[in-house]
Amino acid sequence: MAHEEIDKVTGVATTGHEWDGIKELNNPLPRWWLWVFYATIVFAVGYVFVYPAVPLVSGYTTGLLGHSQRASALADAEAGKAARAEIGQGLAEASLDQIKADPKMLEFAMAQGKAAFGDNCAPCHGSGATGSRGYPNLQDDDWLWGGTLDDIHTTITVGIRSTSEDTRVNDMPRFGDDGLLDAKQIRDVAGFVLSLSGGSVQGADVAAGKEIFAENCTSCHGDDAKGSHELGAPNLTDHIWLYGGDEASVINTITHAHRGVMPTWGGKLDPVTIKSLAVYVHDLGGGT
Amino acid sequence: MSLMQKHAVFERNSIVLLVGILIVVAIGGLVEIVPLFYLKSTIETVTGMRPYSPLELAGRNIFVREGCYLCHSQMIRPMRDEIERYGHFSLAAESQYDHPFQWGSKRTGPDLARVGGKYSDDWHVAHLTDPRSVVPASVMPGYPFLKEAPLKADRIAEDMKTLRLEGVPYTDEDIANAEADLKAQVNPDGTADELVGRYPKAVVRDFDGNPAKISEMDALVAYLQMLGTLVDFSTYDDKANLR
Repeated sequence: MAHEEIDKVTGVATTGHEWDGIKELNNPLPRWWLWVFYATIVFAVGYVFVYPAVPLVSGYTTGLLGHSQRASALADAEAGKAARAEIGQGLAEASLDQIKADPKMLEFAMAQGKAAFGDNCAPCHGSGATGSRGYPNLQDDDWLWGGTLDDIHTTITVGIRSTSEDTRVNDMPRFGDDGLLDAKQIRDVAGFVLSLSGGSVQGADVAAGKEIFAENCTSCHGDDAKGSHELGAPNLTDHIWLYGGDEASVINTITHAHRGVMPTWGGKLDPVTIKSLAVYVHDLGGGT
Repeated sequence: MSLMQKHAVFERNSIVLLVGILIVVAIGGLVEIVPLFYLKSTIETVTGMRPYSPLELAGRNIFVREGCYLCHSQMIRPMRDEIERYGHFSLAAESQYDHPFQWGSKRTGPDLARVGGKYSDDWHVAHLTDPRSVVPASVMPGYPFLKEAPLKADRIAEDMKTLRLEGVPYTDEDIANAEADLKAQVNPDGTADELVGRYPKAVVRDFDGNPAKISEMDALVAYLQMLGTLVDFSTYDDKANLR
């Protein structure tokens, strides 16, 4: 430039800017920085040819690699499935009992079942599968709809009071809400029910409760009150209570009834994962 | 003045610099934004998508109001780990009626794009009321007031009109029946044929377990339970929409 001025101390040209006597030196950019900058431009040009980049009138340039994020994600997912299918040695074809009997398949199913349980089941049943009020404990040997491998597999597949057409469903009557029993009768029958497991309800006539139970409850819970896996009716003679076993809770259950929902997993999880889950849950506390 | 020194023109004249910036940004917009509106491959059509029913829309408004998107995304990215955990990756068409979209940018909690049907209504109510009652390690705040707060539904038709301005295809009939549809969706004992006719796959239930009142909890759970349930992926053709 015409008015170029050399700084005396450094011997470098100034930009001509001056603030209160302080002048800006016109040092060049650091070389390494400049070369990296040029390299990014070269890289960008290469990128445009290799990857999808330029929009056209009715499409876009797909690039030399033909890269597609969606395609590679789907391919990755498929590869994952394939890898598992190989390790699982045909879990898809094997029956649940065969899986349980084969150490290699069992090991695989347990690992997959555990992972799937954490993702899908733990929010309700707890990460330790111990459940909570309204969500059954899967570690004990008390099962509403049966604890065999097949029972558990079916329950996971169709759910309970869920959206599947084949869902497991029962509807305990709302004895209080629907006026089937009055408050005294409910108290009596609660007294009888709790007496089966050594409890009691204040002011309840257990003998009267027994008659009410025979008339109203035995069709599902059975003459011996031990429940039914076919109907999903809980055993009332043990100390395991899904909605609480104290006086108030049992009276509340008989009055309003609880109709807990378990989602349908068939269609949401693939069949092999459901099998693995069944094996895993059966291993926790399954039985006969 | 050599070529390398020409940039001095921009550096010494703010108006020239401003015009230069405008031109560069306009080119960027032309190349990056405009094609999204005409390229077929970016406007995929998917069967099954429909606008939100009035109750779901009210729930969505609560979702936005409470800032759920700050911790929960609604966007399953096309990556193997996400597909395995959450299901099929999200499609652009699945948020076509979202104004604003709820993709989010942070996951303190899990992604919710396909949470519909994953848990029971009871679970959602318990979890929203007191998250640690069902998930002991959760850091989510509780929203116990949702169950008590009656749903203010008198503005829902106005809401739908506004969304129509933004391109959501609500019909005059939809808007005229908004309040009736909203009430029909929480009343399992009534007839909901009209509602389901207008909004296929709409689930009719008493979501919060209290049939006596339409609460904010009803709306929010209805919204959560429909997320990601509209598109039937068993009939969706992945290959046709690769990019």
